[in-house]
Amino acid sequence: MAEDCRIAHGGDAHALHDHPAASDGPLSEIVRIKASRRSFIKGVIASGATLGATGYLFRASSAQAKSVGAVERLISLNVNGQTRRVDVLPYETLANTLRYKLGLTGTKLSCDRGECGACTVIADGITIYSCTTLTHAVAGKKITTIEGIAKGGELHPVQKAFIAEIGPQCGFCTPGQVLSAVALLQVNPHPTIEEARRAMSGNLCRCGSYNQYLAGVMRAAKGDFASTGGSNG
Amino acid sequence: MADYRLVGKNFTPPDMIAKVTGTAKFSEDFQAEGMLHAKMVLSPMPHARVRNIDTSAALKIKGVVAIITPDDVPQFPPPVDPILYREPVFAGAPIAAVAAESEEIAAAAVEAIKVDLEQLNHVVDPLDSLYPGGVNAFSGGNVANVKLPLQTVKWTAKDFAGFDQGNMPLGKPSEEWHYGDLDAGFAKAKVIIERSFQTAGTSHHTMETRSNMAYWQNGKCYVHGSMQSQSFVLPQIARMLGVKPADVVFIAEYCGGGFGSKGNAYPLVVISGHLSKKANGRPVMLRVSREEEYANGSARAGFQGWAKIGFAEDGRITALDIFVVQDNGPNIGFWDFRNAGETAQVVYQPEAMRWRGTAVLTNTPPRGPQRGPGENQTAMTIEPLLDEAARKLGVDRLEIRRINAPDNDGFEGEDAKGKLTSAYLKDALVKGGQLFDWEAKKKLSGKRNGNKVIGVGIGSAFHAAGSNGFDGLVRILPDGKLYVHSGVGNLGTYSYASTSRVPAEVLGYKWENVVIVHGRSDNHLPWMIGQFGSNTTYTASRGNYVAAVDAKTKLLEIGATVMGGAATDYDLKDERVVHKTDASKSLSFADAAKKAIELGGKYSGKDLPPDINPLTKASATALAGSGLMGVAKDKLPKRGLVPGLVAGFCMIELDRETGQFEIMEYLGVADCGTVLHPEGLQTQMLGGSMMGFGLATTERIVYDHQLGLPANVQFDQAKPKTYLDMPKKFSWSAVDRPDRDNPVGVKGIGEPIMGAAASALINAIADALGGTYFHRTPVVRDMIVNALADRPQSYKPLQANTM
Repeated sequence: MAEDCRIAHGGDAHALHDHPAASDGPLSEIVRIKASRRSFIKGVIASGATLGATGYLFRASSAQAKSVGAVERLISLNVNGQTRRVDVLPYETLANTLRYKLGLTGTKLSCDRGECGACTVIADGITIYSCTTLTHAVAGKKITTIEGIAKGGELHPVQKAFIAEIGPQCGFCTPGQVLSAVALLQVNPHPTIEEARRAMSGNLCRCGSYNQYLAGVMRAAKGDFASTGGSNG
Repeated sequence: MADYRLVGKNFTPPDMIAKVTGTAKFSEDFQAEGMLHAKMVLSPMPHARVRNIDTSAALKIKGVVAIITPDDVPQFPPPVDPILYREPVFAGAPIAAVAAESEEIAAAAVEAIKVDLEQLNHVVDPLDSLYPGGVNAFSGGNVANVKLPLQTVKWTAKDFAGFDQGNMPLGKPSEEWHYGDLDAGFAKAKVIIERSFQTAGTSHHTMETRSNMAYWQNGKCYVHGSMQSQSFVLPQIARMLGVKPADVVFIAEYCGGGFGSKGNAYPLVVISGHLSKKANGRPVMLRVSREEEYANGSARAGFQGWAKIGFAEDGRITALDIFVVQDNGPNIGFWDFRNAGETAQVVYQPEAMRWRGTAVLTNTPPRGPQRGPGENQTAMTIEPLLDEAARKLGVDRLEIRRINAPDNDGFEGEDAKGKLTSAYLKDALVKGGQLFDWEAKKKLSGKRNGNKVIGVGIGSAFHAAGSNGFDGLVRILPDGKLYVHSGVGNLGTYSYASTSRVPAEVLGYKWENVVIVHGRSDNHLPWMIGQFGSNTTYTASRGNYVAAVDAKTKLLEIGATVMGGAATDYDLKDERVVHKTDASKSLSFADAAKKAIELGGKYSGKDLPPDINPLTKASATALAGSGLMGVAKDKLPKRGLVPGLVAGFCMIELDRETGQFEIMEYLGVADCGTVLHPEGLQTQMLGGSMMGFGLATTERIVYDHQLGLPANVQFDQAKPKTYLDMPKKFSWSAVDRPDRDNPVGVKGIGEPIMGAAASALINAIADALGGTYFHRTPVVRDMIVNALADRPQSYKPLQANTM
């Protein structure tokens, strides 16, 4: 049967259900699973509920929004101390808003499903994965991204410490590492190394630079790079 | 040791600030006016034939601008990885791609493209394919590799006679070599260890996926991609775009992780360029998701193999016989299986040896080199056999490694007559033994604390860590500064910067007066090997050195021309050309640069050495007349193979109830020649070890054998190590003795760091279990628990790509 299966790639549910071959054989089963997952996601999107894995899409264009029946909204976002007016779709993730609408590309996308921490930002003092946070959910909160960490041209002690310890290797996870460290030191200025390790453990580094980042956190906490003025974070 | 000003000293690499402030721009961070967005049509099947692609409905969607199918891209002879697949050979293989006004429209268009696929049989285990009547992963054959032509190979059922008992079938290999008298070696051995083994493939999973953006302008294609080089890959990208290298500008200032997978140009990097071409040059962004990255982002080859090693009473290896079947993925792959032979030879210097191997295609992700490709699988399989032999012989585990390790008289090559440029693995082992206090630690082996038991292990690893024959290009401009042009990629080893300190060292420059010119190919870069194969430090330092020596010669000649006398009357001091005996005669480098422009010819780069690479020549020609140019091909002597070597020492505490272990201490000791950049080396030594722990105990490719579909495409399923897996005590050291054939004594080291850590950990686990060796990696927790409970394992012996 399989060789007769004309597959609408990507598993358009309707096309598959229309086709008799879709219910036969293991391959069709997989396609069916993929298809139903997608229609499930579409359903969830339509109902406006939160879901992590909405696919790797900008989901930014208003034209497309209308096509799935969503309502766009202009909201105010407090990002790095500035209030920005931005057109945000109901199901838009904060990472997408930051990167593609506000141009804050220091926030990275690596897994896009809350596993790696490359997209970490701070919302009201708490670190969040911006790839699995809906922008609307943080509308009233103070968002800090990597672009808001250095103040008045002076690097944050964590940034200085990461440079001193050569924390970054490839650098892709670094913004998220900085934000996790900054948020930790705000609530716990003098963590033990074990506390720091746990606080940082949501940030994956494929280069394995954990030791150097952790050394940076501890040195920043020690005050080796104390800022000359102003508050940080 | 030479008294260096810069070599061996710490410095802050110039791109650090951009990395900690988020201003470092990776490919996906570029946005262009009028940019289109791309999405790919990916094969849902592990193996199929595309009978037809109907794009008519997709093209009718408003906002769809361009669609490419296999007909639109250059074709290469199999088993070279296609850009778009007519015969998809793994789930997730790109068949077509769409560029549209928005990513959502592109995604809608992808769903509207009707791909008529004929499902073909698939295979995910190399031995299944070698079995009589086994499936070929590709219609053209089941065996192939670089320089191993695509062909069909089936072994006999007899070859598989002992398979169910876990014995590796040893059918006809595709390649083999041997030296010495193997039979005599085994005959005189006191102990012979013979084992079958299996190592899992592992996904590269770089943090940055291979997203790319491209546009065409004035006949040139500008490509923003994530790559381990800005010069080495240029001809490859051009070939895949179907244009000349001169018509490609490649921009890759940052690379968010490569680990070998971005060392050569990969097909996805030209998808945006081909779409852009069809869209009249409009910029196209292809954002690659994690799932797409899993399928297309390369992976380490798995091994199924067998080794037989004879040991004399003192532990010396008298004979070594190794056979490796490599899981090659569906395409050309990489020669891990060959590196297995080289590694076993260099690390253990067997008196007699035979290597046999083949590379078998499977319908799993395309394979490429991954940090220690072949070397690290070999470390994980052979190092435990040394421990088994040591137990039987009653020889110390450190001593059995030391006695076999290469020194400067070591050999390599199929005839065992090749030389090593330097080898201090014995020194690394001894130094590590002292720093780790092996004598005390080994007494802790098996010590119980409630459910916990201590295990200790040593591992040693190798990678060929240096090449030669590439070019260097430096300039001194009228502003007096030194401009070092570097095509080395920026993966975070910072060797693009540390090797740029070599010309500054030669010319006596202050580091603050040096500008590294890199990041994009139109910065006029010399031909230089990419940042891979642990070779940048060795290879680029040589290229930069000869360019600097050329500049120095020209500076001295200009000194003589301007101030009289002979070039030999002058020296370089404080960025001036100074007369050796008459200090009143001196010329600043800035003035020398102006004079070079005036003199022209070789001084300003108008006349170029005849032997430099065409790419270097084009760059030098573009820069000619701007200042004093130092440009040369590296023809320095090199007696043989450059071994990067690491010894690792590990102590764990293993919970006998849960199989969970904690790394109490890990120490790595490197033989990387003279240490070029201590802090940079530290990040590599510790970071690479973390990756090694993942390779040893958690990471693997898992496939559903029935469906040919992957089971662990995401980070949380692939299980790279996290902060929580760090050793409690984590340290490193280096032998720090200069290589004999590098002008500043340096060697590369990136890869063996990982193999040493992986094998030391595996041996520590086996030690904690009182000598239970799995001969299978990764050593996952359920294997440990099953072994402790004396229960059968969940996998069949030698089975690949499974749980």
